[in-house]
Amino acid sequence: MPFGNTHNEWKLKYSAEDEYPDLSKHNNHMAKVLTQDMYARLRDKQTPSGFTLDDVIQTGVDNPGHPFIMTVGCVAGDEETYEVFKELLDPVIEDRHGGYKPSDKHKTDLNAGNLQGGDDLDPAYVLSSRVRTGRSVRGFALPPHCSRGERRGIEKLSIEALDSLSGDLKGKYYALKNMTEEEQQQLIDDHFLFDKPVSPLLLASGMARDWPDARGIWHNNNKTFLVWVNEEDHLRVISMQKGGNMKEVFNRFCTGLTKIESLFKERGHDFMWNEHLGYVLTCPSNLGTGLRAGVHVKLPNMSKQPQFEEVLKRLRLQKRGTGGVDTAAVGGVFDISNADRLGFSEVELVQMVVDGIKLLIEMEKRLEKGQSIDDLMPSQK
Amino acid sequence: MPFGNTHNNFKLNYKVEEEFPDLSKHNNHMAKVLTKELYGKLRDKQTPSGYTLDDVIQTGVDNPGHPFIMTVGCVAGDEESYTVFKDLLDPVISDRHGGYKPDDKHKTDMNFENLKGGDDLDPNYVLSSRVRTGRSIKGFTLPPHNSRGERRIIERLSVEALTSLDGEFKGKYYPLKSMTDAEQEQLIADHFLFDKPVSPLLTCAGMARDWPDARGIWHNDNKTFLVWVNEEDHLRVISMQKGGNMREVFRRFCVGLTKIEEIFKKHNHGFMWNEHLGYILTCPSNLGTGLRGGVHVKLPKLSTHPKFEEILTRLRLQKRGTGGVDTASVGGVFDISNADRLGSSEVEQVQMVVDGVKLMVEMEKKLEKGEAIDSMIPAQK
Repeated sequence: MPFGNTHNEWKLKYSAEDEYPDLSKHNNHMAKVLTQDMYARLRDKQTPSGFTLDDVIQTGVDNPGHPFIMTVGCVAGDEETYEVFKELLDPVIEDRHGGYKPSDKHKTDLNAGNLQGGDDLDPAYVLSSRVRTGRSVRGFALPPHCSRGERRGIEKLSIEALDSLSGDLKGKYYALKNMTEEEQQQLIDDHFLFDKPVSPLLLASGMARDWPDARGIWHNNNKTFLVWVNEEDHLRVISMQKGGNMKEVFNRFCTGLTKIESLFKERGHDFMWNEHLGYVLTCPSNLGTGLRAGVHVKLPNMSKQPQFEEVLKRLRLQKRGTGGVDTAAVGGVFDISNADRLGFSEVELVQMVVDGIKLLIEMEKRLEKGQSIDDLMPSQK
Repeated sequence: MPFGNTHNNFKLNYKVEEEFPDLSKHNNHMAKVLTKELYGKLRDKQTPSGYTLDDVIQTGVDNPGHPFIMTVGCVAGDEESYTVFKDLLDPVISDRHGGYKPDDKHKTDMNFENLKGGDDLDPNYVLSSRVRTGRSIKGFTLPPHNSRGERRIIERLSVEALTSLDGEFKGKYYPLKSMTDAEQEQLIADHFLFDKPVSPLLTCAGMARDWPDARGIWHNDNKTFLVWVNEEDHLRVISMQKGGNMREVFRRFCVGLTKIEEIFKKHNHGFMWNEHLGYILTCPSNLGTGLRGGVHVKLPKLSTHPKFEEILTRLRLQKRGTGGVDTASVGGVFDISNADRLGSSEVEQVQMVVDGVKLMVEMEKKLEKGEAIDSMIPAQK
């Protein structure tokens, strides 16, 4: 691999023009921003841990994108990436996060008590509710860049912290590399198991190196709180349950996450966070809250309406198939979640989901009765 | 990517046992050789272009191997890798190349006239003949490590050299990134087109970065001489034709390759070569001649004979299916080629193929007549 600074210096013998990637067929955020001049200005820089411009952009060079899906095309290798390469990443962030400016401040609010309602989404329509986010442990490089030693250090800290959880959160860690057949089957049945990434978006940035070393899954005995260790971020934290009680899901999410954060702090490790970007994660698309709160909801009539897309947009929501991103909806069941990550707090985003889903179900019920939904159309949030 | 020396120095903060890969489930040449002590000894080293131990071994860490197939599990990033990391690579080379010792000398013989016979392999049995090798251009790093600038200059130099060829070698270059659909169809029909590597053995070593930038295929008008630019090696050179005239294939191979080398030398870019390792290529398995000379040959009876494998071993030949490495044979047709690369010359290796295939065709004919072949079983070469 050629991305460290000695080879980076070697590369400086070649002109910026010779080294600048051919982005003519590319359609991702990085390609929209990175001109040859910018490449020339940033190419001799590196973060303290040695992450360089070519490291940041490799995934976007290798994956030109799709005419309809705008991928990010760049990743961070450590916390400092967002500083050293701000000239590239600020415009990418702005474009991806609805005009978020370099001087903007992001608010964090993990106080579940601030959520209004959310405990009564109609279970005849809402099949399940889920909230996920990511966290990075300060002092370590991120998954595209970290070494085996760093990754193992993160795993060790995570296990220590998670093992000390109690009550509703008491659980167990399953290391990927020595999982038994039964454990593996159970985790698959529970829809918990994550596998080695196959997406070229992730592979090209180096996140699958040394698989499955130091990767694992922790979940509580109740199977409602789950942590992935060393997949696309240091930690991915998920709270989920059947039915429409998003309030309970969010309560558990906030309680669990806050406990975990204090356990890490006790051991001398904060999560990466700053007042401009909120929680710092590998992919610029997950900055801010890193939060995706969503439901699997039956909307067979609503989803066929010509205004469906427009309604989602105004509610600041997005749809996915029930297999997750890039899958198709099956049987009129959609995964509906917040579209935003940065510039809104956790509470605000979950509120948008709760309020938006309530409205969409009302609309669905109207359509079932053959009634109009025109008076229910929301304004742009 | 974490492999440059700043991050390498960062990694030195972690103990050897924290950074040493878990090779307990691995079965490749690198895993057989790399102990924790050896890792500890080599981990702070780097080549002048910044290639480190973790770079060398990443593909072998990510690909544990197969119980029956012994993969190499390490690659070179530049010419100096073979010296800086000789403590790892010498034993790997010795194990892979039949006991080749660190002080052994390799002979190069590209004088096709030294081949005896080879122009009369029975075309009723031998469907096609082919010789391939690789070449690396001195002064540039290798495909796992090189930058876009380096790769593009390799392409430029190659195109200049190849387009200056004439007579039977007059031909044309097709860059992968600007190929028309019609050109692509034709190259596929001719079995010339190479595609972006999908094998994780190659992708984990970083060889597919920036695809398809500066990759291409050159072939002569006669479609008997073909050069791949910037795939697994800087250059892969192939001479091939239908039928059993291996002598002619080898003649064209030697003449063409020698012409190309002269042109590169004129521009002060020789091929990487030394008297110990012969031609330096990305994969340690291709050192020496880098040559695979082979035929597609019909051996339906011999291939089902209990002594088939033994005969191949004694003749220093290997079999593959007609789709190449790791494919099955179809209709009793096998790809038979030399097993050795290092420690014998080009002429010697092609001689083994010519003599060995002649013998096997004779055996096949005997078996067709219901006669025994015991008296024909060769001694170990």
